[in-house]
Parts: sequence; structure tokens; C-alpha cells
Amino acid sequence: MLFAPELLMLIGSLVLFCLCLGQGKGNLAKNAALVLAIASCFLSLATLQMSGSLFYDAYRIDMYSQLFKLAISIGLVVVLLFSGELKGVDDQMRPEYFLFMILSTVGLMMLVSSVELLSLFIALELSSYSLYLMVPMRDDHGGIKMQMEAAIKYILFGVVATGTMLYGMSFIFGLTGTTYFSELVPKMHALASTPTAMLAIALFMSGLFYKLAVFPFHFWVPDVYQGASNATTAFISSIPKLGAVAILIRITTLVAPTGGEAVVNMLMILAVCSMFYGNLSALVQKDIKRLLGFSGISHAGFVLLGILTLKDTGYATSMYYIAGYVFMNMACFLVICKVSKNGENVCIDDMSGLYKRAPILALTLLVGMMALAGIPPFVGFMGKFMLLTGALRDGHLALVILAALNTAIAIFYYLSVVRVAFCSAPEERPDVPVDLLTRCVSIALIVVIIFMGVAPKQVLAVAETAVRSIF
Amino acid sequence: MDFLIMNEGFPLLSTIVFLPLAGALILLFLPGENVQRIWAMAVTSVNAAISLPLYSRFDLTTAKYQFGEHVSWIPSLNINYTMGIDGISLLLVLLTTLIMPLCVLGSWTYIKVRIREFMICLLIMETAMLGVFMALDFVLFYILWEAMLIPMYLLIGVWGGPRKIYASIKFFLYTLAGSVMLLVAIIALYLKTGTFSIPMMMGQEYASNFQIWVFLAFFLAFAIKVPMFPFHTWLPAAHVEAPTAGSVILASILLKMGTYGFLRFCLPITPLATLSLGPYILWMSVAAILYGGFTALAQSDMKKLIAYSSVGHMGFVTLGIFFLNRQGLEGAILQMINHGVTTGALFLCVGMMYERTHSREIADHSGIAQNLPIFVSFLTIFSLSSLAFPATNSFVGEFLVLAGAFSVNKIIAGAAIPGAILAAAYMMRLLQYVLFKGPGRPDLADLNVREIVTLAPLLCFVFWIGLAPEPFLSVMHTSVDYLIQQVDVAKTAQIALNVVP
Repeated sequence: MLFAPELLMLIGSLVLFCLCLGQGKGNLAKNAALVLAIASCFLSLATLQMSGSLFYDAYRIDMYSQLFKLAISIGLVVVLLFSGELKGVDDQMRPEYFLFMILSTVGLMMLVSSVELLSLFIALELSSYSLYLMVPMRDDHGGIKMQMEAAIKYILFGVVATGTMLYGMSFIFGLTGTTYFSELVPKMHALASTPTAMLAIALFMSGLFYKLAVFPFHFWVPDVYQGASNATTAFISSIPKLGAVAILIRITTLVAPTGGEAVVNMLMILAVCSMFYGNLSALVQKDIKRLLGFSGISHAGFVLLGILTLKDTGYATSMYYIAGYVFMNMACFLVICKVSKNGENVCIDDMSGLYKRAPILALTLLVGMMALAGIPPFVGFMGKFMLLTGALRDGHLALVILAALNTAIAIFYYLSVVRVAFCSAPEERPDVPVDLLTRCVSIALIVVIIFMGVAPKQVLAVAETAVRSIF
Repeated sequence: MDFLIMNEGFPLLSTIVFLPLAGALILLFLPGENVQRIWAMAVTSVNAAISLPLYSRFDLTTAKYQFGEHVSWIPSLNINYTMGIDGISLLLVLLTTLIMPLCVLGSWTYIKVRIREFMICLLIMETAMLGVFMALDFVLFYILWEAMLIPMYLLIGVWGGPRKIYASIKFFLYTLAGSVMLLVAIIALYLKTGTFSIPMMMGQEYASNFQIWVFLAFFLAFAIKVPMFPFHTWLPAAHVEAPTAGSVILASILLKMGTYGFLRFCLPITPLATLSLGPYILWMSVAAILYGGFTALAQSDMKKLIAYSSVGHMGFVTLGIFFLNRQGLEGAILQMINHGVTTGALFLCVGMMYERTHSREIADHSGIAQNLPIFVSFLTIFSLSSLAFPATNSFVGEFLVLAGAFSVNKIIAGAAIPGAILAAAYMMRLLQYVLFKGPGRPDLADLNVREIVTLAPLLCFVFWIGLAPEPFLSVMHTSVDYLIQQVDVAKTAQIALNVVP
């Protein structure tokens, strides 16, 4: 029972594998994936209160891991619901596409439960390799093979980042002689202030910085976002980040709460660089996916604000923020997927007059963008507010002021998208058909974004209990 | 919680705040444009009606916050849903609830497309604005303060004039950029006091250096909202491009939030900084008064003229606030109400003409006195009120402000006097063109009943406040005295600190 969500997904991936063998089973595969995702939601929810260890203690089930599994499954359901028709992907490849999507999710679900370095590494690779394969699965628009370029970049950067991470792990093993987190924590605490340990932690983290798109491991972001199909980008831009945050928090517990000064300084610098780099670059983007990519970099910087406090409340806030980010991001990608007619990329100008062409999508875009910008009453504001409060409580005044300035910079590009959607004429652009399902998903996303924003109490309480279950 | 008089029984404040929001949700499902208009009108009117007991049940003898409501919201950060009003916010709340039905009436035919969305924006605005004046928890305040941006942005951006994109973005960016530092200041205060409750942040002995920084962060946010010279440049653009209802809301209520912020936060929370930085702000106010006056004199666009006149009028308000005496403060609060009534009415007048002529140029309306006698009568009275003609509302307000000013600093007070003359000059220039110059416009119809009904309540207030201001002043006496006392305590403490070695 402890392993139920993963087991289900593994069996499901076998089923999907069989579907791949036949011809033209795209729709069937989609429905299978959707059923799997929904079932995994329920199973994660059912195992939320359980705890235990599996596989010689290399794998741990606790509230922390199950909460992330729940979030990952919910994210997967939403992605499948709004982008399941896979506009930009060849019909032949669709079953394989869903297979890799599910496999990547399995990897992430195993990642958040791994408490041993090698199993963690394997889980991370399982999720990454599936993503590497999903990126090039896209129709060729204009014969420039953009998707191939994106895939090559993604895999090359990815391999370098994982290599670095593995190198960091080797240091950790060399220092402590163990790969189990439960044994690492006391040993690393004793070593926490030595330079070697710092180096090891920094290298270890870099693999996850890559997933989370933190500066300077962000170089893949704009091109991969642009090159991959809209559905793939929706997936890559949100769900792996959940796993990355989960493991980053776990790694930080290796040095917290004492002796982590160097790590804190590193995270601070990376956070500031990510925010400024992401926001300033986003200002000049024309392609919405690139824009969201850069915005994702700056949000990754914000997430680090919570982690660098090295406190339970800070971790809980980061979890809250990244969960909120997933929903805000999904709201934006829902609109992109629907506005894009045949799966091509969407420019900001393509949103012109969206409020006339599809009011519900325009509203979703408004809520998504404003939430990303951190305008109340949406979740983005509450998350930022709590992150800033936590960071200031730890005395990082300069950091908080820089982060606040970034909020002001960021509003400009989010607003430029909203402006086009609401204040420009459609100019011969056709109406966007919106089916009932999309309508429901949109409304559900809006409600979640507002609800998490005005009633963060419950979400935070759950996150905090979950964080305590790590130890 | 000794600062709050809890409300027993019916939660009046919450009802007033959330009724428009509930109305907006129901409006989503109402078919037919006329039904939507009537529904919006009904919701705002009912809200105005149920807000009247706030005045009749208001206790004049206490400076505590009344009709209080307190619910725990986010306990881990000690954030609460706390609401309450005192003599400073009471009139602003009533102004908001009374202006909103007039905004709906004023846009009855002006807005022709997407009525439902327009009315929803108006109703959400009303919820946020009322909440800002009632919130006693800083996080609640900030959320509502920022939440206002989106509907206001849409009001300008979707239903605005030709340069709406420029104007709406400028409005949004200015306001947001101003308030991010406010957020940092709020968090800093929270970390000092351990609470987000606004009254509990008052009267604490913060270090004067800390107070200066917090004050500056507050000041940036509120000065942009007021707007004080030199942060005013978003205002003419936003006013000119906004639809009539948008202009009225901007002028009557949004601008007041800046000065309300000074009164509610700067003075009681950072009194030392107020005392040391106040003189500079007084000179900035004088600059605003003169600058607004001179610029208004040069405008050929009626909306722009009124927008710049707002800069000048709001200069009088900040002038009254930072002299820190009773007359000045009461004059400032009254002047906030007056400006809301008069400028709101003037924007409605311009909007009515715009519907007829599709122009806001003064030259296009020359000599219409012969054709539209009713309209011109209204316009004349509101213009006279705007230039603070005796027996109108603004006279009382400006008189109090200047009386307060002369009792403290004759140089600054004297420097502000030309502003009053400039106000007369630009308003008379407007009237002269509209009344006498030119051939007239026989093609235009005079005001209809709906338009007269829209303007008449404001006309009543012009004379009521002008002739018998006591009902309005009496509610603020206790609160203003308490506010001055809060600043004085800090002043004596500071003197004591300097005297005792």
C-alpha cells in the first residue's frame, strides 16, 4: 500500500507501452494516462497519513513525500485535461508521448521519496530522460527543426548538470562514507562549516538548480520552452519543479540549522541573480512561452528565498509558493494551448482582443498573469508576501528590497500580455472555440488560485506538518 | 483589543464591503443589458442605504474604532480580519457608497459595450475601496489596496479613450511601483511589533532612524496615489482616457486613499519622522498647489483641466494634514470629501457633454449656455464650488486649512494663497468659454431626467457642507484630537530625550 501510487503508475506505463505497439491509439492512450493520473491523485491522498520505509530504507514514505506526490499528480491531471489533444504532436507518436509523460511523472514521484543518494539519482534520471525524449516530439514548423535544437540543448545542459551533481554526491560519500540521508544528516552537521562540505553541497544542488531553472543553470530554458510543443512546455515548466524543490529542501536539511552560512550566501546570490536575470530578460520577449520561461527563472529565485531561511516555516512557504506557481503557470499555459490553433507557438500579439474572442480564456489569462505578478488576492501575492516576511525576519533586508523591486519590474511584462488581451482589437483574428471541459478547468484553476491566495492557512498548516515529517 | 469597539449582532461593515462583490457574482448570470444596469444600480443603492446607519449610530464621544469586527485569518503570522471605522474613515466610507450609484447612473448610456463586465468591475472596485477605508489589519489593507488595480486597469484599458493603453499601463505601473516598498515597510513594522494590527503599531517607540525609512516607504506609496507633485504624471493621462465612471472613482475616492494613508499610517505610526520631514512635505504641497493651478490654466481639454485642478486641490489637503493642528486636519478631511463631491460632479458633467459632442475640447462647447440652461447651471455651481466660492463646500474646507496654516507658518500659508486665485482663474476661464463665447450649439439637447438625478445629490452636498458643515465636522473632532495627541506624545518624548542628558 505504501508504494501504491508509484506502483500504479508503473503498471500504467506498461499498459501504455503495449498501446505504443499498435497503430493510432492516441486517444485511447490519452484516456489511459488521464485515468492513471486521477487514480494516482486518489492513491496519494489515501496514503497521505502513512509513513514507512521500503527497499532497505532507501525509500521513505511520509507526509512530505506523499504531499508532493499529490501535487505532482494533480498537476499531471490538469496538464492532461487541457493539452491532451496534443495539437503539435504527430498522431503516430502520441501513445509514446503519453508513455514518456507518465514515466517522467513516476520518476518525479520516486524522487520525492528517495532518501538515499543513488536511488535519488536514478529517479531523477528516469524523469529527465523521459523529458529529453518528449521535447523533440513535435511537428516541424517551418522546416527549421527548432524542436531538435531544443532537445539537443536540453539534453546537453542536462547531462552537464547531472554530471556536476554526481560529482557533488561523490564528495559527500567521500566525506561521510554513506549514501543514506538519515546517516548523512548528523555527519554533515559535524562537517557543515568545512569548505569541502560546502563545495559538495553546492555541486549536489546544481543538478536541482537545473531542474528548477535557477541562474546560472537556466540556459536551456528559453530555447526549450520555445522549441518544445505547448503541452510539453506546460509539463516541463511546472511539474519537475515540484520535485526539484522537494529535494532542495531535503539537501538543505543537511546543513540546517547551523553552519549553513556559506550555503545561505550562495542561495542568496543565486536568488537575486535569477530574479534580475529572469525579469529583465522577460521584458523584451515576444513569444509568450519564452516570456513565461524567463518569468519561471525569476520565480525560481523567489522560491529560494524560503529555502535559504533554513527554517521549517520557510520550507513550508517555499512549498506553498511552488504549488501556487504550478497552478498560476498552468492557467497561462491553458490559454496558450487553446489559442494556438495547430500547436504552433503563440506570440504576445496573437492574444489581441482575446476578451472578445474567448472571454473565459481572457479571464484565465488575466488571473494567471496577475497572480504570477503577485497582485492580491491571488496566490502569487500571498506566497511572495510570506517569503519576504520570512526572509526579513532572518535579517536579509537587502535581499527583500531587491526582491520587492523585482516585483515592480515584473509587472511590466505580465501587464503587456494582459494589455494585448484586453485593450487591443482582435483585427481579423478568429474566435477561439472553448469546449465545456476547458471552461471547467479554467474556472477550477481560477478558484484554486484565489482560494489559495485568500485562505493560505490550511495549505500552510499541511505543508508545515509535512516539513516536520522529514526529520 | 482595547482600540476596537466590537460590533454586536449584525456585521454591518462586512455586509457593506461584500455586498457589491456578491452583487458582482450574481451579475455574472444575469441576461440582458438593461437588467444588468438595473441590478448594478440596485446593489449600489442598497449599499448606500445600509451604510447610512453608520452615521446615525456613530458614537461621537470616542476615538476608538467602532462597528469593529475581528476574525482570525492566518494565525501563523498573526494576520487577522479586523475592520472598524473612526471619525476619519466614516465620511470616506459614506462618500464611497454614495458616489457609486451615481457612477452607475452616469455610465447608463455612456457605456455601450460589455455592460456586464463594466458593472462587475465597478462593483469589485467598490468592495476594494470600502475595504481599504475600513481595514485595521495591514495585510488586509494591502491586499485590498492592490486588488483595486486590476478592475481599475480594466476600466481604463477596455472602456477608455484613444490613448487608453498608455494611460492604463502608466496608472498600473506607477501605483504598483509605489506600493512595493510599502509592503517591505509593513513587514519591517511587523517584525518590530509582532502584529499586523494597524492600531497596535501606533504609539510604539521606534528608533527615529527606523521611523524615517518607514515613513519614506509609506510616503512614496501614498504620494503617488494622492498624487503629489512630482509624482502626479499618471493622473492627467488616466483621467483623460478613463470612462466617466472611471474618472469619477479616480477623482472622488482613489485619490483620497493617499491622503487617508497619511492620516492613518504616517502620522500615528511614525510621528517622529512626520515631525522632522513634515516641513518638506508642506513645501511639496505648495508646489503642487501652484503647479496644478498654472497647468490647469493652460489646458484646452476639459478633463485635463479638472485633472490638474485635482493636483492643486489635493495639495491643499496635504498642506492641511502636515500642519498637524486641529483646524488644518479637519479642514483637510473635509476638503477630501469636498473634492470627492465637486470633482466627481465636474467629471460627470464633462462626461455628459462628451456623450453629446464626442469632444472634450473647451472650444467645442463654446456658448452652450443659450442651448443647455440646466446643464450650465449645474456646471456653474460645481465650478464655483471648485474654486472655493463662499457658501459652497470647498470654501469651508480651504478656509479651515488656511486658518490652520496661518496659525503655524505664515510664509508657507502665504505661498499657498496664489493657488486659490489660480483656481478662480482657470475655472472662470472654463465658464467664460462655455457660457458666453461663441455661437452656441443648437443641435444639443439639454440634460434629461436621469442626468439631473445623477447630479442633484451632489448639488445638495455642495450647499449642505457649504452652509452647515457642523454635521460633517462633528464626527471627526474626537478622532482628530486623538490623532494630534498621538503626534504630540512623540514630540514631548523627543524633547524630553533631548533635554535629559
